[in-house]
Amino acid sequence: MSLLSRVAERAYWSARYLERAENSARLISVYGNLLLDLPEEAGVGWDTLIDISGNGDVYADLYPSPNARSPLRFLVSDGNNPGSIRASLRMVRENVRTTRDIFPSEAWRNVNELYLYCKESLRGGISDRRRHEVLTRIVTGCQQINGMLASNMSHGPAYQFLRLGRNVERADMTTRVTDVATAALLKGREELTPFTNTVWMAVLRSLSAYQMYRQYVRRRIVPEDVLAFVLMDDQFPRALRYCLYQLETALRRLPRTDDALRAVARLQRQVDELDFNVLDHAGLHEWIDMLQLELGVAHAAIHRTWFALDNAA
Amino acid sequence: MKIDWNKYDPGQFYDELIREEGKPRQGAGALVRHLASLEEAQLRERQADLERAILEMGITFTVYSEGENIDRAWPLDIIPRIIPARQWSKIRAGLEQRLIALNLFIDDLYHEQKILADRVVPREIIESSPNFLAPCRGVRPPFGVWANICGTDLIRDSDGTVYVLEDNLRVPSGVSYMLENRVVTKQVFPELFASSQIQSVGDYTSDLFDMLASLSPRPSDYPEVVVMTPGIYNSAYFEHAYLAQGMGVELVEGADLVVRDDDCVYMRTIEGLERVDVIYRRINDTFLDPEVFEPDSVLGVPGLMRAWRAGNVALANAPGAGVADDKVVYSFVPQIIRYYLDQNPILPNVPTFLCSDEKSREHVIAHLDELVVKPANESGGYGMLVGPQASKKACREFADLIRKDPRNYIGQPLISLSTVPSIVDGGIEPRHVDLRPFILQGERMAVTAGGLTRVALRKGSFVVNSSQGGGSKDTWIVGREQ
Repeated sequence: MSLLSRVAERAYWSARYLERAENSARLISVYGNLLLDLPEEAGVGWDTLIDISGNGDVYADLYPSPNARSPLRFLVSDGNNPGSIRASLRMVRENVRTTRDIFPSEAWRNVNELYLYCKESLRGGISDRRRHEVLTRIVTGCQQINGMLASNMSHGPAYQFLRLGRNVERADMTTRVTDVATAALLKGREELTPFTNTVWMAVLRSLSAYQMYRQYVRRRIVPEDVLAFVLMDDQFPRALRYCLYQLETALRRLPRTDDALRAVARLQRQVDELDFNVLDHAGLHEWIDMLQLELGVAHAAIHRTWFALDNAA
Repeated sequence: MKIDWNKYDPGQFYDELIREEGKPRQGAGALVRHLASLEEAQLRERQADLERAILEMGITFTVYSEGENIDRAWPLDIIPRIIPARQWSKIRAGLEQRLIALNLFIDDLYHEQKILADRVVPREIIESSPNFLAPCRGVRPPFGVWANICGTDLIRDSDGTVYVLEDNLRVPSGVSYMLENRVVTKQVFPELFASSQIQSVGDYTSDLFDMLASLSPRPSDYPEVVVMTPGIYNSAYFEHAYLAQGMGVELVEGADLVVRDDDCVYMRTIEGLERVDVIYRRINDTFLDPEVFEPDSVLGVPGLMRAWRAGNVALANAPGAGVADDKVVYSFVPQIIRYYLDQNPILPNVPTFLCSDEKSREHVIAHLDELVVKPANESGGYGMLVGPQASKKACREFADLIRKDPRNYIGQPLISLSTVPSIVDGGIEPRHVDLRPFILQGERMAVTAGGLTRVALRKGSFVVNSSQGGGSKDTWIVGREQ
């Protein structure tokens, strides 16, 4: 079966939104736990998550006079924030609904179920008591869908577009979390010093990386080790280098791939050349900015090659 | 509390499950006994299970209401409708006979027009039909078949006679709901499927694919077949996606296709352009090609008619097939069957008065309070008058409409649609149903085992359209055919 450009694009986006929903749910859940461990004087609040989401402008627009619940509402249940969990799942549903002919029928069913669950349980916001339960269920739901697709869908071109979407989004998330965490921690904010360990553990957990990090690094938590693990490990699925490797292998299975492959190769080179010995905090921030730009270039190459209709004509 | 079938009373109507007070019809015994063994609460629970399954499976239809499109869960009543297999085999033969004759008729209209020359069908009826498309003259679609997919609406009168109410030859919809109804009903009544002989409906998508593939202009083992949809805002989008998925073919929109200078149709894929052989199009004729029809259509593909006329792509149904899907032409179908096949019609038509005929028109206007009046060229139950249930004012207004445009109206006696027990608030009551089987014709023919049973959920109502408060039921053909 041939893959229409329009369908390839929707598959790509459905995977991106699905990954976004899962990542956000995990991040918020872990972060909620972290806040419980930190005293108020540590000066860390929900606002940090808005920095990570990169949607600060939208937030300021939607909540001109925010209260304590605003950040969470914005990130989880606000249908007007295109990056909220609810909006992301709606986009997954919309993209799968309009391409359901290419997916195994259980995929549509699972996506639809998850969306309905989310809509139902987020109605009127989300209480502190139920937060963890709901977010965990959303993470599990997203993973079920990915697992089902991995085992029931042929790993042909359509599946490769799902992999592209998932890994572009993952790489994006991993770099954002790293950026914000290092801004808070490496800058040596004194009030956080007693909790360094707790916070770095939360960083790892928010990328689902804590356990694997422990098995792999086997010594006490050191910032350089954490950064090396989440950015440069070549076996952990959410590590930046591994995501780029996934992009490369997915691209190699697609036709007319040179352009996009070159963009990913540039990203890989940038990761290979990363050296923590010469980078201070500001340098790392700059490095991540560069990387985000290059990620945008890779996305543009994917769009230009396969999605733009004029190009195919 | 259990269901007391002795209290179930369909009145003067023909009930599809109950013969007389508490006695099931042939083939319905197992179901009626099973239902009677359930507590009412259990039955309700199963109905709730079924509605949840439908919501989670995302079986929806889209309605346009208050300025926006809403995706509604498909309404399905838990109690199926049953037709004995021996009765069904006669109906099926009637459906095949009808479609064969209609296709000969359409082919004749776009070529020699023998039937008009022989004055069996009046020439002015065809010439005044908006569905007779001049650009289709002289084209020879594969096997001379224009309507490859037909959905024929059947109704049963109180004496048990099954009539054809209309032939949908343009883009009939509903088959996906028939298939999903079965999937869901099987989950609710597994014990009955294990013990009864209920004919399977699961072959449809594979029959549809084989039929479409047989139309391919390029001899190849792997013809490129696609389903063409107007897009997600169409009320039947669910079905378009469902059928594409079931056949394993691409679901395309107009913007995905392009006709090049070689008059061939291509689709835009990640590999570049790929040739398309067969298009199962679910958009109306006049939106197909802005070069030939509606110049503003953004749903269609410029040059599509060129490619079709050159024989480089097959369109199913062929453009122009709708000429036989017109309530005025409908009234001539018995003559059409006799003319082309030299056979008597197996399934009767509902008696029809053509308002274009002066005597009939006056009869219709004088008896508006007894008749059903329909526009010749509408579907979905829109724009019609159900005389016995209409106000005097509505009847007067309709009389004016008929006088202004007589060609566009027909009158029919109100057929007392048969009933099937249905779940309502407070128990089980009879509700009126029709039946839409689907008939395929390409190299071979295929008819669905049963079809989509639509049910008017409002008490006393005869309007079964889902856009107007109708629901549906699974349809069981039970027993062996002779």
